[in-house]
Amino acid sequence: MQPAIVVKDLYFRYEEGDYVLKGVNLTVQEGEVVALMGSNGAGKTTLIKHFNGLLKPVKGSVKVKGLDTKERSVAELSKIVGLVFQNPDHQLFAETVEEELAFALRNFGYPEEVVRQRVEWALTLMDLRKYRSRSPLSLSGGERKRVAIASVLCYDPEIIVFDEPTIGQDYYQKQKIAQLLKMLSKQGKTVIVVTHDVEFVAENFNRVAVMANGQIIADGDVEEVLTDPKVIKEADLRPPQITECAWLLGDLGVPKRIVRVEELVEEVARLGGLSEDKGF
Amino acid sequence: MGEGYAVEIEDLYFKYEGSEEPALSEVNLKIRSGEYVLITGPSGSGKSTLCRALNGLIPHFYKGEMRGEVRVFGMSVKESPTYELAKYVGMVFQEPENQLFLSNVERELAFGLENLGLPKDVIKRKVKWALKAFRLEDLRDKAPYELSGGQQQKVAIASVLVMEPKILVLDEPTSNLDPLSASEIISLVHKVNKDLGLTVILVEHRLELALRYADRLILMKDGKIVSSGDPRMLMISGEPKKLGVGVPKVVEAYIKLRRRGMELPRVPLSSEELAEGVKEAIYSPCNRL
Repeated sequence: MQPAIVVKDLYFRYEEGDYVLKGVNLTVQEGEVVALMGSNGAGKTTLIKHFNGLLKPVKGSVKVKGLDTKERSVAELSKIVGLVFQNPDHQLFAETVEEELAFALRNFGYPEEVVRQRVEWALTLMDLRKYRSRSPLSLSGGERKRVAIASVLCYDPEIIVFDEPTIGQDYYQKQKIAQLLKMLSKQGKTVIVVTHDVEFVAENFNRVAVMANGQIIADGDVEEVLTDPKVIKEADLRPPQITECAWLLGDLGVPKRIVRVEELVEEVARLGGLSEDKGF
Repeated sequence: MGEGYAVEIEDLYFKYEGSEEPALSEVNLKIRSGEYVLITGPSGSGKSTLCRALNGLIPHFYKGEMRGEVRVFGMSVKESPTYELAKYVGMVFQEPENQLFLSNVERELAFGLENLGLPKDVIKRKVKWALKAFRLEDLRDKAPYELSGGQQQKVAIASVLVMEPKILVLDEPTSNLDPLSASEIISLVHKVNKDLGLTVILVEHRLELALRYADRLILMKDGKIVSSGDPRMLMISGEPKKLGVGVPKVVEAYIKLRRRGMELPRVPLSSEELAEGVKEAIYSPCNRL
């Protein structure tokens, strides 16, 4: 099977500036869900803009479902790769939420009946039905973000890339985004999520790639990558609360590779000689 | 009139013009001078509206139907002009970009003071203090757009504090910041409360950062205050879950350990506190049967 995305030795710079990406290698298989983390300016957003051809490699290559992005147009690649930007205001322009969602579908030439169905589906999915006739600009930041997500989901791309989807969202909406990722994964979509939210990653992802200084410095299981002090430091991250606590309990023999509450509780219970979960 | 209260709110009701549901109703709240209050709750629960009622944006700027009373250091917000209230209440918002508009940081800090018509040397002195206190000296000549989000928010807070308000109100100041910048801003707010004795009212979703510094936690939903009390007690009360408010992972660990029969000395609000608690519990004689 063809991988969804293959990035090979990718170098990129804007005009004659310094290189922002310096030899990025990344392969994402079809149906995989991957978190992409790293400090501000590490090159995360620059990298994902290569996935739908908004940026083209200066050196190296990016292939999307086998298609070399250098040889394809943004319009062509956008049908396969949906990008949800960090700032929804860079994406939203229509007069109503409904129009916003319908725009790309009409652009791709879908019949009006399909457009209507898909818009209804996306409005419901993202909790936006009551805002359908409102101007996106009159909504709150978190709501606008949901409109931006819905407007990409509704044309059903195979690969979906989210840039900081949880920013400005309350706990409930964050849980909903987590559910959405699970649903997309079940549908077999390939999902890449750029985020700073280490707790969100610890809770909802298996694979995480970490960028620093234009390179991918770690790529693997969440348990391994987020509990590596060197990676955390180099990428200006903070470890998950539970990991930090496990490190502080290291002298009692608690292993350092812990990211989830249940694992830490097990370890501590073992140390304290406690019995099985009574679970009431 | 309550001596020592920074804020007194009695039976506050507010409905925005053109909207069907009230944004706030039956809100009663007293905040002592010097207190650090953290407000949280789902989006649309009325947190921002409450903030706007504290500096007179409601009812003077946002139109609507207002009932009840809001007093700031004894002054009725309804009856006081906003420029008078601004001397007492400083506001910081989610998007620092919307708050910063001048050509460089130094001018940004001086702007409010110039508006008050203060003498030049006084302005100079105060701006110098703020640049130093908030470690902005290296950025003094930078334009706001040259700064990172975290730096912008720092400048926004400094430009409010240079006016020497008695109450600092922050409405989700970290929601667009990365975790490191966010924890820097929260530490800064803590310092302001401790060192300058300012009353702090902070609206935040990121409890794992802010909770440890707060004297009191207030939970809101549907325009009402649902609970108000000790942050540690409220976190384990079941109330957050009912409201759809997330509790920090360390609190989850505390609750799970308790179910297993391990009682930590107190509800932890940070990873350090959880680790300390675990050590104490394991080494205490009553756990060694």
